[in-house]
Amino acid sequence: MKAAVILLPGLNRDRDMIAALTAVCGTPPLTVWQTETSIPDDIDLIVVPGGFSYGDYLRCGAIAARMPVMQAVRAKAEKGVRVIGVCNGFQILLECGLLPGALMRNASLKFVCREVLLEVTNAQTAFTRSYSQGQIIRCPVAHHDGNYFADPQTLAALENNDQVAFRYARGTNPNGSINDIAGIVNKQGNVLGMMPHPENLIEAAHGGVDGRGLFESALGVVSA
Amino acid sequence: MIKARVTVTLKNGVLDPQGKAIGHALDGLGFSGVGLVRQGKVFDIELETSDRAAAEAELKAMSEKLLANTVIEDFSVEVI
Repeated sequence: MKAAVILLPGLNRDRDMIAALTAVCGTPPLTVWQTETSIPDDIDLIVVPGGFSYGDYLRCGAIAARMPVMQAVRAKAEKGVRVIGVCNGFQILLECGLLPGALMRNASLKFVCREVLLEVTNAQTAFTRSYSQGQIIRCPVAHHDGNYFADPQTLAALENNDQVAFRYARGTNPNGSINDIAGIVNKQGNVLGMMPHPENLIEAAHGGVDGRGLFESALGVVSA
Repeated sequence: MIKARVTVTLKNGVLDPQGKAIGHALDGLGFSGVGLVRQGKVFDIELETSDRAAAEAELKAMSEKLLANTVIEDFSVEVI
């Protein structure tokens, strides 16, 4: 399985993501710059990392979502290629319309940088099958606009279709997200967006490996 | 040339923590009787055309495509 990481000006979690994917795959991912109009056919997983693309101008992820490379990501997503957006990457996927809803300013109005607990709400997705249903994992968050919002119909559809992959657990919701939503998948189940940073808990030196299962699931890698 | 103003506001029912904080701050400054405060955005845009109808259509398209996130925001277009 081969991964690609999308690069846009202002992203700053790309190196962490590349390190995580390298650790899980054994080989470094391909990097794809924002002006590219296609993504190679041998790519099985596309990751949009976190950061502050275009300085969060207009709305977080709004400008990035309109760059040529995101059209290429959309084309791949429609063909069933797996796509993960983390933090700003999640905001970009929402602005692209690849996932439903929006991310608003944190309810506290403060940037939050801390560790939270996530409940694996649906362990059947392509991204969570290395975890068990209801498992609680640790994960860091670092964001200012992670307050997930969707209108009542969209929210009901997400819940009824089991599209909520992760929820903030045990009162650790850091941003006021509706229904404690931390990560969702699209209806087809091949696109995941989440605010927390699983790429930062990959090896023992990180203080834990709770995030590793997500990438192992997405890449079909069996844990050693 | 046409000058226009696009105003983007949060839809009713969408929580606006910034507007709320601004309302509290106004209260704190002694402005009494401040009700709901909602924060929005204003874009002043110049268009090189004299056709008002075409400009309005163009601005509407711009708003839907980029200026507003229609999941959470409404917009209005005003040719000045």
